[in-house]
Amino acid sequence: MTGRDLLAIEDLDRSELERILETSLRMEEVGRRDVKKVPTLRGRTLINLFFEPSTRTRTSFEIAGKRLSADVVNFSPSSSSLTKAEGILDTAMTLDAMDPDAVVVRHKVAGVPKRIADALDAPVINAGDGAHEHPTQALLDLFTVWQEKGRIDGLTVTIIGDILHSRVARSNLYAFSKLGAEVRLAAPPTMLPPAVESLGVKAYTSLREALEGADVVMLLRIQQERLAGCFFPSIREYATAFGLDRRKLRFAKDDAIVMHPGPINRGVEIAHDLADQRPSVILDQVRNGVAVRMAVLYLCAGRTPRGGVRREGS
Amino acid sequence: MRDPAPPLVPTGTSSVPSGLSLPFEMSAAGNGSSAQRSSARSQPADSSGPPGPPGPPGGNGTERIVLDDLAIRRALTRIAHELIERNEDLDRLFLVAIPNGGVPLARQLAANLEQIAGVELPVGILDTTLYRDDLVSRAERPPLRRTEMPSAVDGRVVVLVDDVVSTGRTIRAAMDALMDFGRPQSVQLVGLVDRGHRELPIKIDYVGKNLPTRRSEQVKLRGLSGELSGPLEVAVTEVSDEKPGDPSRDPVRREAP
Repeated sequence: MTGRDLLAIEDLDRSELERILETSLRMEEVGRRDVKKVPTLRGRTLINLFFEPSTRTRTSFEIAGKRLSADVVNFSPSSSSLTKAEGILDTAMTLDAMDPDAVVVRHKVAGVPKRIADALDAPVINAGDGAHEHPTQALLDLFTVWQEKGRIDGLTVTIIGDILHSRVARSNLYAFSKLGAEVRLAAPPTMLPPAVESLGVKAYTSLREALEGADVVMLLRIQQERLAGCFFPSIREYATAFGLDRRKLRFAKDDAIVMHPGPINRGVEIAHDLADQRPSVILDQVRNGVAVRMAVLYLCAGRTPRGGVRREGS
Repeated sequence: MRDPAPPLVPTGTSSVPSGLSLPFEMSAAGNGSSAQRSSARSQPADSSGPPGPPGPPGGNGTERIVLDDLAIRRALTRIAHELIERNEDLDRLFLVAIPNGGVPLARQLAANLEQIAGVELPVGILDTTLYRDDLVSRAERPPLRRTEMPSAVDGRVVVLVDDVVSTGRTIRAAMDALMDFGRPQSVQLVGLVDRGHRELPIKIDYVGKNLPTRRSEQVKLRGLSGELSGPLEVAVTEVSDEKPGDPSRDPVRREAP
């Protein structure tokens, strides 16, 4: 997949996902060395193009690029000066003229990374677009579960929270289904997308049923300011019904692990005492994020002229 | 495990004294077992002087076995003796295999050294892929292999073990990788097969077999079972369907790093 974009987990097949996971395993070993740097992308340039603020994901990509010896440039145009799609493409094409070997894009509107990818010679890696996808988050979640459980096939993964607005849920739903896990979604009915079960997953409005026999419990961030009073009556009520604590976790398997893409709302999605220790693996997810992004950069980076031949839809 | 099949080399054919690196001993001895094991279209290994007449045109798959399992074991026994001879302080040695081919060889060397000298040496695995000099120019990224360094490198005599040494680029990459793990006292190199075509000033300290080859040939260590465990052999294959000018099809370059 050299010189290719990573836009959505939906586009990948099983063998591609497995290849990324195996590559991540090797990159994880590099991260455990004293000298956490290899010369693989020496002389290559990586641009982090973040139209939407994100410290965590951007830092993770930045460290990943630097561990591969790439020169990393962060570019975060203020969103106020870039509201039209034309402006976004112009910015991206200007950056592309400086010959980067990969461009990491985050934007609050779904589909923007795809539009940019169609216009650039550099491969584009989607770092989150609207409510569409966040592929590297799903890959690091896959990798973390694989490390913990030794397999993905046959596991039961329960995703809890604002499924409707979550690109993390969407990417993870594809990722875990494609590798043979059973995916369950649990949320208040207002936060479940209509007809979501047509994607081959099960939707629950009862946390207890969704947790029954789960190997992995994945929590999503509740955006309190945006949702409270609109999709559920109050934060407190959400926490009571869908917030995870040790008591509710007992419905899952004894060795179930708890995941969260961060940043966490303590006392809302997850109880204070559960966030910081086993079976929570939240910080392992962060650590693995660097290895997985190194793997993605290793596999994707490299310019391929698109030669004016635009792909379908552009 | 020994090969349950009939003996690969009739014992007694080889009069090669251990401790001596005789180039081309297998083919020079007209070793019958090589011919037995190789395919019907195999050609005799002409190892002295310039390469012999080319094989049948378009004869893709023409292959000959240049080292069978017993010959490999013999070479590794001799190399173990040479390591003992040249290293006073055996406890300082750290065997580091270059995957995949170097791994079974390094393990066998460690077993030999334990048997002969009673030393138990660490065996590491060092993947060189991330240190290659041709990654960006390749269409596909090669898969990464395992790296496992069970011992510190500082102050040790690191013995790199590779199966087939050719351009020297893998060894260059391995040395760069090694230096990122620490500062070895010195680095030595074991190569089971030296097939020539060096592109860098790199010399093998302990050679199993010198094997002049054409660039169009591919030299490969492989397991008889299909995996790199149990009985091994080194095969030379003519790769005649190569397109000239395509570096990714160059067998020498392809097996480098």
